Amino acid sequence: MDSIKGSSWQSRLAVVLIAILLVALLIQAVANPGQFVSQLLIGITNGAIIALVALGYTLVYGIIELINFAHGDNFMIGSFVGLTLLAGFGIFAPISGDSGTFIKILGVLLALVVAMVVCGFVNVAIERIAYKPLRNSPRLAVLITAIGMSFILQNIGLVWKGPAQVPFPELISSANIFPGDAIIFRWKDLFVIAATIPLLLGLSYFIKNTKQGKAMRAVAQDKEAAAMVGINVNRTISITFLLGGILAGASGVMFGLFNGITVFNVGFTQGLYAFTAAVLGGIGNLTGAVVGGFLIGIIGSMADQYIGVRWTAIVIFGVLVLVLVFRPRGLLGDRSAVQGGGE
Amino acid sequence: MALLEVENMHSYYGNIHALRGVSLTVEEGEVVTLIGSNGAGKTTTLRSIHGVLPPKEGKVIFDGKEIQGTPAHDMISRGIAQSPEGRKIFSRMTVRENLEMGAYHRSDRDGIRTDMDRVFELFPRLQERIKQEAGTMSGGEQQMLAIGRALMSRPRLLLLDEPSMGLSPVLVERIFDIIREINAQGTTILLVEQNANVALEIATRGYVLETGAIVNSAPAAKLREDPKVREAYLGEI
Ligand SMILES: Nc1ncnc2c1ncn2[C@@H]1O[C@H](COP(=O)(O)OP(=O)(O)OP(=O)(O)O)[C@@H](O)[C@H]1O
Ligand SMILES: [Mg+2]
Repeated sequence: MDSIKGSSWQSRLAVVLIAILLVALLIQAVANPGQFVSQLLIGITNGAIIALVALGYTLVYGIIELINFAHGDNFMIGSFVGLTLLAGFGIFAPISGDSGTFIKILGVLLALVVAMVVCGFVNVAIERIAYKPLRNSPRLAVLITAIGMSFILQNIGLVWKGPAQVPFPELISSANIFPGDAIIFRWKDLFVIAATIPLLLGLSYFIKNTKQGKAMRAVAQDKEAAAMVGINVNRTISITFLLGGILAGASGVMFGLFNGITVFNVGFTQGLYAFTAAVLGGIGNLTGAVVGGFLIGIIGSMADQYIGVRWTAIVIFGVLVLVLVFRPRGLLGDRSAVQGGGE
Repeated sequence: MALLEVENMHSYYGNIHALRGVSLTVEEGEVVTLIGSNGAGKTTTLRSIHGVLPPKEGKVIFDGKEIQGTPAHDMISRGIAQSPEGRKIFSRMTVRENLEMGAYHRSDRDGIRTDMDRVFELFPRLQERIKQEAGTMSGGEQQMLAIGRALMSRPRLLLLDEPSMGLSPVLVERIFDIIREINAQGTTILLVEQNANVALEIATRGYVLETGAIVNSAPAAKLREDPKVREAYLGEI
């Protein structure tokens, strides 16, 4: 790697620090492999939820070079929509832990689909109302607007469910799938993974193989040339926001079911982790966002276990800084998958 | 009736009044060239006709219909394609994908394949590079790709902005031969060129643009003889 060839003392320090962390982790893993594997699985599950949100940041950045600060709050809206459908509606009796399995599955699927649709359209509306009119303005104007949209969504959440944490119905069992408790992998974890994989595959297929996906890549590379070959640039940008919103909506419902709670400002913290994941992986790069999401999930769960929950945020951002020291554009950041189409 | 008629077109970049009433016509089957020095407004004229920079005033009539104000992405299905200044190929897509994007609005698979073969006949080099990422090709190859991509829509009118830019003299000859051939196959061409010498050789008529307005227009042969044109654009004293 040429980035190491020209290494400064900072990057050597970064390598040493990361190596120390990895060795410490390895010692723990050997001492108690069951605990390590369980922690790894939790990390992967958390990472899946983060990755889905990170994709929304990276998709939008890839196409219009904007950090959509409202994205995390759209994720919160997704969790609220899911919660309202599952617990708050009188249409059918609130679904609870006692309901039949079939009703539960149906309820979860419905919550996922509705939240995906709602968040998709919220994202499209945000772009139309707040970002599109500013497309030719200085970057900073759009960025400030994005922060404004974030506050608006948060306040909608505040009015909707109040300032306190709200509980999600316990629809998915927290029981361990594996017998005994050497390795812990719960039905909840399985649910998150099982819901994430088709979404990732679907997105990858869409971008690589469909006409609309190719149009997205073309717009990301050169908007004027894209228009010249007949691509409706505005519509393509809307579709990009739609996709990001859909993933955020799914992630919001999954987060609620997984953690059992949600709150009006959950989008801020989760959004920050997801944004960090996108930057870590290389913003604009789809694979990078997924890799970054899983990495942050795993680093977080390891830090929770072996260093202490209080230190987790510091460890995560510390790793971000270390990575950016040597790869200022993130792990996979030198080419964008939105633009390049590689997955 | 002319295929393209531009009447008194005015275009702005913010406050800069870049086109001050450009009028020109292109008849079906012609090669018309637009010459002028740097900053005269040649590129702006093509962009305005093409709807990328919608004109503030004036008319653009294509095939009898007024099309000023039509969004750029609808121009291609009306039959206007452009190989723009600076090529603007999709640099992170392969050669094949770039050509496919040129046929984005079409869905006739067989027709698209025929047209791709036709592009490969004109530019065998592109076929050799079919899987290469476009941004890694040489400047000349990229120019061929930009023209090929425009041809993939099977346009009635092809707008070419400085196709000889940055090419070696041999390649310039070759590109102009190909332009002639494209025209012979039935595509009308509006050609913008710095290289006025060659442009006037293949064109039927020419327009001279100066600071956003047409100052002269005549059959190409006549422009070549015009002392003012010779001095200003053909590098003769
Ligand atoms: N994006 C832009 N913003 C502001 N002014 C512009 C822009 N593009 C072009 N101009 C101005 O408009 C005028 C015409 O430019 P144009 O690009 O059409 O010239 P041209 O004849 O194509 O020149 P060249 O031979 O150098 O390509 C110039 O004065 C130029 O500075
Ligand atoms: Mg020009």
